[in-house]
Amino acid sequence: MSTFLTRRRFLIGGTLGASALTLSGCDLLDQNADIANVLRSAEELTMKAQRLLQGRDALAREFDEKDISPSFRVNGTSAPDSEEYAELLEGKFANWRLKIDGLVDRPREFSLADLKALSSRTQITRHDCVEGWSAIGKWTGVPLASLLGLTGLKPTARYVVLHCADELEKTLDGSGRYYESIDLIDAVHPQTILAYQMNGQDLSVGHGAPLRLRVERQLGYKQAKYIMRIELVDSFAGLWGGNGGYWEDRGYEWYAGI
Amino acid sequence: MICSHHVQQMKDVEMSAEVSNDNIHHPRTVFIRRHSIVTRLTHWLNVLCLSFLLLSGLQIFNAHPELYWGHYGANGDPAVLTIGSEDDAGTPSGFLRVAGVQIPTTGVLGVSNVDGEQTARAFPSWSTIPSFQDLAAGRRWHFSFAWLFVINGILYLGFSLLSGHFRRDLAPMAHELSPRHLGREILDHARLRFPKGEEAKHYNALQKLTYLAVIVVLLPLMVLTGLTMSPGVDAALPALVDIFGGRQSARTIHFITASALVLFVIVHVAMVVLSGTWNNIRSMITGRYAIHEEGPNA
Repeated sequence: MSTFLTRRRFLIGGTLGASALTLSGCDLLDQNADIANVLRSAEELTMKAQRLLQGRDALAREFDEKDISPSFRVNGTSAPDSEEYAELLEGKFANWRLKIDGLVDRPREFSLADLKALSSRTQITRHDCVEGWSAIGKWTGVPLASLLGLTGLKPTARYVVLHCADELEKTLDGSGRYYESIDLIDAVHPQTILAYQMNGQDLSVGHGAPLRLRVERQLGYKQAKYIMRIELVDSFAGLWGGNGGYWEDRGYEWYAGI
Repeated sequence: MICSHHVQQMKDVEMSAEVSNDNIHHPRTVFIRRHSIVTRLTHWLNVLCLSFLLLSGLQIFNAHPELYWGHYGANGDPAVLTIGSEDDAGTPSGFLRVAGVQIPTTGVLGVSNVDGEQTARAFPSWSTIPSFQDLAAGRRWHFSFAWLFVINGILYLGFSLLSGHFRRDLAPMAHELSPRHLGREILDHARLRFPKGEEAKHYNALQKLTYLAVIVVLLPLMVLTGLTMSPGVDAALPALVDIFGGRQSARTIHFITASALVLFVIVHVAMVVLSGTWNNIRSMITGRYAIHEEGPNA
């Protein structure tokens, strides 16, 4: 009898203790650095598993014209708030130049007309926001691979960093400026394009005029808008928060395939 | 041998030599080994995983508390389900809208108490991990436990197939599926009359069907619809998108299936309590399950 009671107490205690720990402890656990690291290791596992399943060239689904969303939600910055951008917009981006530098053989600048003169790719794809919603749109732009072919890559180049015109958070040190990065596997993927058109028209300001990234096997926050400069780097440790992107510096995964 | 219904009788009552007639039984309690060590371990790991997955899932849902059908869906597109809030002359009120029908849910859904203040929030802070709004953290918890859940599930499925657990303990026998038999079991359950003696050594047909539905339908459906929401997985396995009819449909099915699992857990726990709390819980921890065998005139 006494062993039974002991066991019963153990069971009661164990059950109540576990649930109490789970509910009140989670916020504390969440702030524990070691646990945060364990949780982050799942991201690496996810990336390796997805890359293994995809291979390099598996394409994101392409839809028909009739599948295009009637309205495509504008998310993040709806208009960059800087004088520089306002002037570019007023001049219809005639004075805008895309700089490509960093670990490239031939740093170059491209005007919008230069980009439009290159052979383009058009794709109707689904944009998946990290929050859960999706919208389908038609994008036309230059494959990033062909631009990188023009500049050449130094052997040490590992990541493509996209520097943007918008500041999503106003900070004194400028760390609220939007930026993103992808690795070379995604950079040379056939559907990775720098889009200047959406649904058959020049990109609107809300959707990232004059140029935005489409990297179709990842979530919306990777699709950087208002691109001003592309920098090839061997590591993004020295950039802003060191995590490779605006949202990555704020806790989101660098690999946004899920 | 670790399998549940190879009854290892650890008798509490020794039968005396005089009573050797096999037809005569005295009331006694026998213990059988009901659950194998693998079933027990994977069961509790599953409890842990599903708890974290549910609460972090609600956190993720809160980032966009609206469900759609088809490939796309965002603000302004027709929604299947919305949890939202309205401002009634300065007082916030929460609502749940399903298929056009709106139900006021202030205090729980849409608007709930955060640090003493009524705040617009789909699911309340006591039901999310973390308690405050943090999508990035919610995702980290969700995907970490999703991996653990999948690995645990594969171990359980592999073991159950190889050991014969499915065939022996979970596959219903033909006669158990007759409408008459099922009807009687449903009536017995409704009257809270649970199997005794020899019958209690095996799952009844309702248990078998329910556990099978959870193990081979609901839980795999959670994983597959979850994966379908991933743009990376969709590129690798485009058939998934076709099976569920789009990413947004998959998200809706993910939510409905999770709700079905919550319902299952409520009924499951209620049945555990009603049919012998400690005996049931003990059998899932130590494996030992007590059965009361009745005397000849009972």
